Amino acid sequence: MRRRAEAWERFAATSVPTEAEEVWRYSGIDGFDLDAYAPAPLAAGLESTLAVARRLADSLGPRAGLVVTRNGTIEAIEMERSAPEALSVTNTRTAPRAAAAPETLGELAPGRDAFGELHDAFVSDVVLVGVPRKTVVADPIVVVHLVDPGAHGAPGVAVFPHMLVDLGTSSEAGVIELTAPIVSDGPLPAGDESDTTPSPMLLVPVTELRVADDSHLRYGNLQVLGQGATSIALQASCVGRDASLQSFTAGLGGRYARVRTDSDLLGQAGRTSLLAAYLGTGEQVHDFRTLQDHHAPRTESQLLFKGAVADTARSVYSGLIRIRKGARGANAFQTNHNLVLSEGAHADSVPNLDIDENDVRCSHASTVGPIDEEQRYYLETRGIAPAVAERLIVLGFFSDLAGRAPFPGVGRWVEEAVHRRMAGRLSAQGGTDG
Amino acid sequence: MTATSPTTEVSRGGSHELVIDGLRAGVAGLEVLTGVDLVVRSGEVHAVMGPNGSGKSTLAHVLMGKPGYQVLGGTVTLDGEDLLRLAPFERARLGLFLAPQDPIEVPGVGLHQTLTEALAGRGMSPDDAKGSLAARALVEAQRVGLETRLLERPLNVDLSGGERKRSETLQMALLQPNIAVLDELDSGIDIDGLHDVAQRVRDGVAEWGLGVLAITHYRRLLSVLQPDVVHVLVRGRIVASGGPELAGELERTGYAAFETAARADDSGTGIQN
Ligand SMILES: Nc1ncnc2c1ncn2[C@@H]1O[C@H](COP(=O)(O)OP(=O)(O)O)[C@@H](O)[C@H]1O
Ligand SMILES: [Mg+2]
Repeated sequence: MRRRAEAWERFAATSVPTEAEEVWRYSGIDGFDLDAYAPAPLAAGLESTLAVARRLADSLGPRAGLVVTRNGTIEAIEMERSAPEALSVTNTRTAPRAAAAPETLGELAPGRDAFGELHDAFVSDVVLVGVPRKTVVADPIVVVHLVDPGAHGAPGVAVFPHMLVDLGTSSEAGVIELTAPIVSDGPLPAGDESDTTPSPMLLVPVTELRVADDSHLRYGNLQVLGQGATSIALQASCVGRDASLQSFTAGLGGRYARVRTDSDLLGQAGRTSLLAAYLGTGEQVHDFRTLQDHHAPRTESQLLFKGAVADTARSVYSGLIRIRKGARGANAFQTNHNLVLSEGAHADSVPNLDIDENDVRCSHASTVGPIDEEQRYYLETRGIAPAVAERLIVLGFFSDLAGRAPFPGVGRWVEEAVHRRMAGRLSAQGGTDG
Repeated sequence: MTATSPTTEVSRGGSHELVIDGLRAGVAGLEVLTGVDLVVRSGEVHAVMGPNGSGKSTLAHVLMGKPGYQVLGGTVTLDGEDLLRLAPFERARLGLFLAPQDPIEVPGVGLHQTLTEALAGRGMSPDDAKGSLAARALVEAQRVGLETRLLERPLNVDLSGGERKRSETLQMALLQPNIAVLDELDSGIDIDGLHDVAQRVRDGVAEWGLGVLAITHYRRLLSVLQPDVVHVLVRGRIVASGGPELAGELERTGYAAFETAARADDSGTGIQN
């Protein structure tokens, strides 16, 4: 592929970013050595990998189909009998020519920085979800990306997953991506921290969501990588006229996990709802960059990102609402709330507006603060230990988000993951619940 | 008395005793309680009445250990245990309950979930706690007149003042504490509600020997609660104690006489600031 070679040349010509650049300020990227990552022999057999993926997918509720990738290679595509005939889920590498990569592949997510170029240079299989016009797929297609760190002592694996979801006009569908590591005895359960000897791994995933006129996409992205993982993800979407995207991202894993969410509203009265929940413990860093880009009149974007940091974890939320000339009557909302659970933890929140049109409604709000002492005290008066009260309050903090998740299974999954993570923290602290 | 409730673990026999001795306490650098002496035992109902700002809520929060309140002197024990050294949740597990004057909203945290954790914290297995709660909560909701759909709500979220007081009473009934401090259970609630919650507290006295410290402004609560003793708290200390007739007297004459006396007393002993 010419594109690949060109990308490699561009990557080689670009320097890896440094923390001196604002957008990479919190990334810890200066200590980053790309040469430390290499392809590694797989540790888990294919059958057990598939079993793991099915188990993970089962926890999300009913589905129309399952795609399993391992270290970026598509290992299985299993469609349910209930899935509409017309729905096509394919691998661009193995698909017959006609169904192979559409012209638009990569269009939404051109290499915008060194990691984008790296992705383009190394991407292997592309998961292509095509929903023809007027097709309605009720249950989500679940895409499980598993990362096999390889045999013990391997130098660390680098993985470049890519998915393109293409909804034709007047169609409806849902896709859930779940990214998890495989450890010797199965993957880590969501939010688990038993990963005490984390394997180093680098992920550079790209997701492209094309939502054509009058179509509706629900999208979930769940990430539970181990504490040795660096993930630099891009989610790019474009939404057409009278179309809608409901997106939900949950970031619980990773040592450094960055998600860039670029959402273009291209057609009149297109709508996006962008939700995210993130929880960092230990030394995790979660880094979210969002762009709500309004090109067309009467478009609407609603963004709600909520996060909590504990121990010495940190999080960054930096978001921009851009209203372009011509996007009259646009509505854009951006809200970011952060709970800081420990003295040593830190959250930054940087909302921004860039408005080139009059007649628009925009607002942004952000908060960073500790747990409400009065709430904790109230629960304590019922005989609940402070650490348990904290877990309840953190769960409560995320509950409105979980309630608005695009699929009930996704909301439940997030609540359970947060619960486990907070309970795990409790027992790691020696269990203050006497 | 034999307790058959699931909270038997926390009861230590049928007789409990909260002893407040010479308690002085302050908040925000202001000495509010200037020496409170009071003993509440199982099966007893004590009413504390007093003008606004006399320190009634401060007393309630100091007993529970709310952060921000400083104890300046005196002791408080429950069944001989020094309460003032314990964290609020430990006091609760010893059998102390506080229904605050203004129960706050705790977004996203459900009533069931809270009570399940509260019982688990008292040594009940989570499954048992959940199992026993579901059925009992319905019965108790009926008794305190709380609509059962409100049991599904996060704590106090979007509840009216009266619904909050019913919810507090329900929680008390489900946790079956040994001593309950009720801070203006009658404020913000309508007359029917007032009767329901007061009756539920009174029943608790009979059912499991609950001891009550009820802070109130109004005799109406007391007509159902039937206090054994009424105390008058003025300027941070108890200036008079008497039978239920004292409540009637206060309602006729107000606190003026007590305040004048207390003020004279303060200047006499040089405590006044
Ligand atoms: N958090 C606080 N900060 C400052 N002053 C307070 C605080 N809480 C109570 N006070 C003061 O302490 C006094 C007693 O208040 P409180 O105990 O609430 O009275 P009551 O419940 O009897 O009406 C009042 O003068 C009140 O203003
Ligand atoms: Mg008060």
